Amino acid sequence: MKLRKTAAAAVVVLALTATATACGKEGSPDEDKKDKNAPKLSYKVNSAADVKDSPVWSKVKGKTITIGTKADQPNLGYEDPSTKERSGFDVEVARMIAAELGFDEKHIEWRTVPSEARETQISSGGVQLYLGTYTINDERKKQVDFGGPYYLAGQDLLVKKDSDIAGPEDLKGKKVCSVTGSTPLKRIKEKKYGVSKAKAQQGYQLCVQDLNNGQVDAVTTDDSILKGYAGQNDGLKVVGKPFSQEPYGVGLKKGDDALREAVNKAIEVHQKNGNWKKAYDATLGKSGVAAPTPPKVDRY
Amino acid sequence: MNVLTDNFAAFRDGFLKTVELTALSTLLALVLGILIAAFRVSPVPALRVFGTVWVTLLRNTPLVLLFLIVTLGLPALGLKGWDSFWLAVMALGCYTSAFICEAVRSGINTVSVGQAEAARSIGMTFSQTLGHIVLPQAARTAIPPVGSLIIALTKNSAIASGFDVMELGALQKELNADAGYNILVIFLWIAICYLIITLTLSGLFRLLENRMAVAR
Amino acid sequence: MSASVLYDVPGPKARRRNRVYGVISIAAVLGLIAFIIYRLDHTGQFQAGLWDDYQYANTQDRIIEGLLTTLKTFALAAVFSLALGAALAAGRLSDHRWVRWSTTVVVEFFRAMPLLIMIFLLYYAYFETQPMWALVIGLTLYNGSVQSEIFRAGINAVPRGQSEAAYAIGLRKTQVMTNVLVPQAVRSMLPSIISQLVVTLKDTSLGFIILYEELLYVGKAFAERTPPENGVYAFIPMVIVFGSIYILLCLALSSLATWIERSTQRSRKGAPAALAAGSATVMVNPSQSAKARPDDDGGPQKGPKTD
Repeated sequence: MKLRKTAAAAVVVLALTATATACGKEGSPDEDKKDKNAPKLSYKVNSAADVKDSPVWSKVKGKTITIGTKADQPNLGYEDPSTKERSGFDVEVARMIAAELGFDEKHIEWRTVPSEARETQISSGGVQLYLGTYTINDERKKQVDFGGPYYLAGQDLLVKKDSDIAGPEDLKGKKVCSVTGSTPLKRIKEKKYGVSKAKAQQGYQLCVQDLNNGQVDAVTTDDSILKGYAGQNDGLKVVGKPFSQEPYGVGLKKGDDALREAVNKAIEVHQKNGNWKKAYDATLGKSGVAAPTPPKVDRY
Repeated sequence: MNVLTDNFAAFRDGFLKTVELTALSTLLALVLGILIAAFRVSPVPALRVFGTVWVTLLRNTPLVLLFLIVTLGLPALGLKGWDSFWLAVMALGCYTSAFICEAVRSGINTVSVGQAEAARSIGMTFSQTLGHIVLPQAARTAIPPVGSLIIALTKNSAIASGFDVMELGALQKELNADAGYNILVIFLWIAICYLIITLTLSGLFRLLENRMAVAR
Repeated sequence: MSASVLYDVPGPKARRRNRVYGVISIAAVLGLIAFIIYRLDHTGQFQAGLWDDYQYANTQDRIIEGLLTTLKTFALAAVFSLALGAALAAGRLSDHRWVRWSTTVVVEFFRAMPLLIMIFLLYYAYFETQPMWALVIGLTLYNGSVQSEIFRAGINAVPRGQSEAAYAIGLRKTQVMTNVLVPQAVRSMLPSIISQLVVTLKDTSLGFIILYEELLYVGKAFAERTPPENGVYAFIPMVIVFGSIYILLCLALSSLATWIERSTQRSRKGAPAALAAGSATVMVNPSQSAKARPDDDGGPQKGPKTD
């Protein structure tokens, strides 16, 4: 009897899901809110691309290139959960580079890679390129190579508008939130900032929610990321005193100099032809901050 | 290049955190579990329903989801300021309480009705019946399953690493992020830490079981 | 049915008192629910913008996709863990001492390891590009070990006379196993096997922590990527929607276990009274003896499982 009831309930649920699917609205909330007149960015595919000295490139040549990125950062690396469409500045730069390497939109496979798995994903060949707020630093250079930088960010603080925190020096005894395993989290734990608790969360939204709830006093990470959340939440502001240099690079397999040079060239080409600025205006530029001068590629 | 000697302080802290988390969650689980078991065997239908709903919901919720519910839900209810450690204790304690409740209840159910009837017929009061007749026998049946539930709780506490508790599981993530160590070696040491806790627990419960054992 | 171990059938006075307690507890529970709903509304969790997402066909398709991913992972893990469980149980019942010892070590090790730690290891060391296999293999190793203990206890619980009789008529060990012991063991252990499968199903949600795109991951993605309304992100709606889906899934599987338990009990009721009392030695119903035995020979923990 009980089973029959359960089975009946299951059937009802399935039927409801099915009908719900049938009468669901088309599109996604994001799409409905999107500016329909915004110019669609596209990049000319360099079909003559040839990086034959690169083992990584040769392996995926003519097939698809797998690019790792973030999925949860509006205007930087974002994946629409409904349509699975990727957007943001990191994603646009990745498209430019892929086009220059001979891969059109259809031949890019996107993969969401968590921060702590970046190095292993790149060295194991899980992704050929990684663009996702990936700061170039010496420790990481031991494990992977970097193309770029393609953008200069800096660690900053997101606080409530009425907060008395005006810079990192005001953090003594405060609670600060960032994402598990991230560099900003490690940095804010340093003694000189004197924070009473550095909370590690699974995502920035959870941190922002904590900030709104009053569970923490500030959220810290790169200003580029924080700008997106300041735009989403009326009561919040970015302090605007970056206390680190975060040059975003393109992570690629260590030792593949040919690929690195090709990526660097691709970045330079698109910085010169104006695509870089167009991409910025369409993404990060929406926060109201004008496009900075693109950083110079560092051939270390 | 030895993972353990290089990071001894981290291992010690992680180990102690896991022990602390397990101990406090166990306490909460036992208190809640026995309370809910009392609800489920009580003569008040409303309490019985409440107990049944509690057990059914918690037993069919994945622990990760319960962690999300607790960590997101409490602030949303306006109950702010809980440390992530205490949130983890709450999630683990509530989750395990449902299983403890069932173990205790089935322990009580194994005591034959005749025992209690005999006790009442010689004039024992409710609390005497409960304290001298029913609970000692119920405990004997309930102890082995409760023991394995607490061992399961120890293992489940690793999930707290995903929710800002720096215990052994978090250590594995932390050390993986740093270069140079063999992942398998890190795993082995963490495995040994857990084995120390679980083996100690099962030893303790075996001891308890033997002490309470009677010839039947 | 009316009498409980703890108290007599209540008289008029006790009934009245129980009714008062009942009213008080109902009021308390209703008060709690009202408080929760009030607070959730007060903190803005019911704003339409946070729930909008779920109206869209694309969203619903993604939820179903996540659900199917979860079910696929579960199906793989279930099949593999049952197979592994059977193999390990056979190993533990082997006549060769070294086989018995080595399988015991394997089983005890995987039962003692936190599943999440195993999954992390598999993920970071071997399957970073395929989180699904880290999850499936982790689930298989852990649940396979637990299932093997269930199988073993089931087989041990079949009365010795059964196998003795089988050997006496000249059956070989394999035949005794497949024709006599296993069918009875599986039947008596089915509820335990299924409740372990419920555990397997619940544990697929651990994939969320290694960013495997199963149901819970999809839920978190929706919650994070829905723009906030007045500073509130869509986490609570996500927890409510996805929590209900999980609970329904597990309930369906659990009630299957309960139903099977009930139906095997019913068959016992049909047995003659003498047999049900356990005095007969020839045809004791396996489900009955299986219930009595496992604790004695250190078999799997009777009662509920949590992990």
